Amino acid sequence: MTTSHTPWSPESARALLVEIDEPGPVLVALQTLQAAFGYVHSDSIPIVADVFNVSRAEVYGVLTFYSDLRTTPPLDVEVRICMGEACQAVGARSLRADADALIGPSCDVQNVFCLGNCALGPAAVVNDRMIGRADASTLRDAVMATGAGA
Amino acid sequence: MTTIYVPCDSAARSVGADEIAEALAAALPEARIIRNGSRGMLWLEPLVEVDTPDGRVAYGPVTSDAVASLAEALPTAAAHPLRLGVTDSLPWLARQQRLTFARVGIVDPRDPDDYVAHGGLAGLRAAITIGPAASVEAVFDSGLRGRGGAGFPAGIKWRTVAQEAAEQKYVCVNADEGDSGTFADRMLMEGDPFLLIEGMTIAGLSVGASVGYIYVRSEYPDAITSLRAAITAARERGWLGADILGSGQAFDLHVRVGAGSYVCGEETAMLESLEGRRGMVRPKPPVPAIEGLFGRPTLINNVLTIAAVPFILEHGPEAYGALGTGRSIGTQVYQLAGNVLQGGIVETPFGITLRELVLGYAGGTRSGRPVRAVQLGGPLGAYLTADAMDVSMDYESVAAAGGMLGHGGIVVFDDTVDMAQQARFAMQFCAEESCGKCTPCRIGSVRGVEVIDRIIYGDAPEANRLLLIDLCEVMTDGSLCAMGGLTPMPVLSALRSFSEDFERSDHDHR
Repeated sequence: MTTSHTPWSPESARALLVEIDEPGPVLVALQTLQAAFGYVHSDSIPIVADVFNVSRAEVYGVLTFYSDLRTTPPLDVEVRICMGEACQAVGARSLRADADALIGPSCDVQNVFCLGNCALGPAAVVNDRMIGRADASTLRDAVMATGAGA
Repeated sequence: MTTIYVPCDSAARSVGADEIAEALAAALPEARIIRNGSRGMLWLEPLVEVDTPDGRVAYGPVTSDAVASLAEALPTAAAHPLRLGVTDSLPWLARQQRLTFARVGIVDPRDPDDYVAHGGLAGLRAAITIGPAASVEAVFDSGLRGRGGAGFPAGIKWRTVAQEAAEQKYVCVNADEGDSGTFADRMLMEGDPFLLIEGMTIAGLSVGASVGYIYVRSEYPDAITSLRAAITAARERGWLGADILGSGQAFDLHVRVGAGSYVCGEETAMLESLEGRRGMVRPKPPVPAIEGLFGRPTLINNVLTIAAVPFILEHGPEAYGALGTGRSIGTQVYQLAGNVLQGGIVETPFGITLRELVLGYAGGTRSGRPVRAVQLGGPLGAYLTADAMDVSMDYESVAAAGGMLGHGGIVVFDDTVDMAQQARFAMQFCAEESCGKCTPCRIGSVRGVEVIDRIIYGDAPEANRLLLIDLCEVMTDGSLCAMGGLTPMPVLSALRSFSEDFERSDHDHR
């Protein structure tokens, strides 16, 4: 996952931001930075504020409101386990309880609320790949398949 | 030439549809493989179909091991252990009446010609012919109600926005389908994106809005890709842009992606997010129809509401209004989810019973254990008991039974569920996702978790039950939006109907 991202620099961040031509651009700007660099470096805040003529406080507020946005580089493997009620009904709680032990330190395991796969739960996403009827072994296989090791 | 269909729906992909499609392509290089949407029988995914003179024949659920033998059977639609028969004749599908989902699973969602070949654009052409005022009245007369959850009459919103005089108006489609147990918006956007574009274009021309936004949650990457590709194709064909179908009228639309916030499904929080800010709920009035996106009159509808519009314009409001029961007009797309044997999409006129959906269509639980609780309408919806399943699934009947139909999601739990934990989760979810603007929601949800914990631990349980009921009353009456206002629904329904679970001695006291 990290391999597809370019290294952060103030210059490349600014170059991306000045290309954005949308009304209400701050959230789109932060999403653009995260897509490029894998995360939103905290030094981006004054740059976003400057490019779009908003306060740094406003940028910080948006950055900290949305759970998708992160301020630290991602680990190689990101595992998101759905904790919506439909997945809880088929064992998501126990899958979540097992996940940390199962997967290892190179993985970032997070809860997510609904992946829209509610008829084939428990649902999980390993990097960009969604897994239906997930269990400990399919989850571990998917992590191994990323090549990052578990 | 053999034509084979393997869904590209993300639920099908989550159980291996991509691998099956690749393996079939390798085994049958002469065949044409179309990646369609899902037919909605999700427990049978990956469901592979082949064209025959009698209609499509279905095989499923297909595993990698079965591909070799399936590749031999498919060209002649021959017998195979996974052969299910002619898809349209399968009882699960044959009993449904699909208007909104008529094309999902049938067409190639990437192909605009296929859309037109299956009746697409007829509604938009009719709207252009009869003009904006008559189009608004058609939606009003149809009795269409908002499918996002509140069930507000769509025609009233359309009239209000149409009557506003403003240089710029907007149409916003709320595709922030965050309720657990709902996935109809996702399947529609992945399986028939042109329908949403057509419906939005009709809405834009009717109310006088030249720009539209679709706010899609980031958890739906396939829907985002599908919509963006469809918008590009629609622009190339003049279905969007400065001169729609040669009418001289302009409309264009954009996809905006959410960032993992449940409360942004609330319409005013969605507007804030579309404007690039924190998803904080706005007080109403002013309603968005008068002062919405960037302060302009804005029509906000759910995906399924907008997707019903082309049918109404094509066939007339009477045809749509003839379906349903009482004031719940038309068809509803029910989504069977959670612990179900046969999960998926059931589109049928309002009025089917919950029992028929849960025990009939869904076939009971996947675990084989008895159904104990059913949650309707997402995380803010009530839990019903297995005894309450004779309720008719329309807005008024479900409300009378103490529940909420919401977006049509039905989540089934078996008898291993701990309803005190589900009630606790409802409060915890609200605490996690509250935008923080109003106190009853922001603080009440945190206090709610604590009070439920005390009840579970047996700490003055009677007094704390009264406190919880009191707290729920404050949240219901005092919250700014449905997030805090409806969180008490699952909590109180669990406390009322599953009281014994709050007294269990085997709770996990973590």
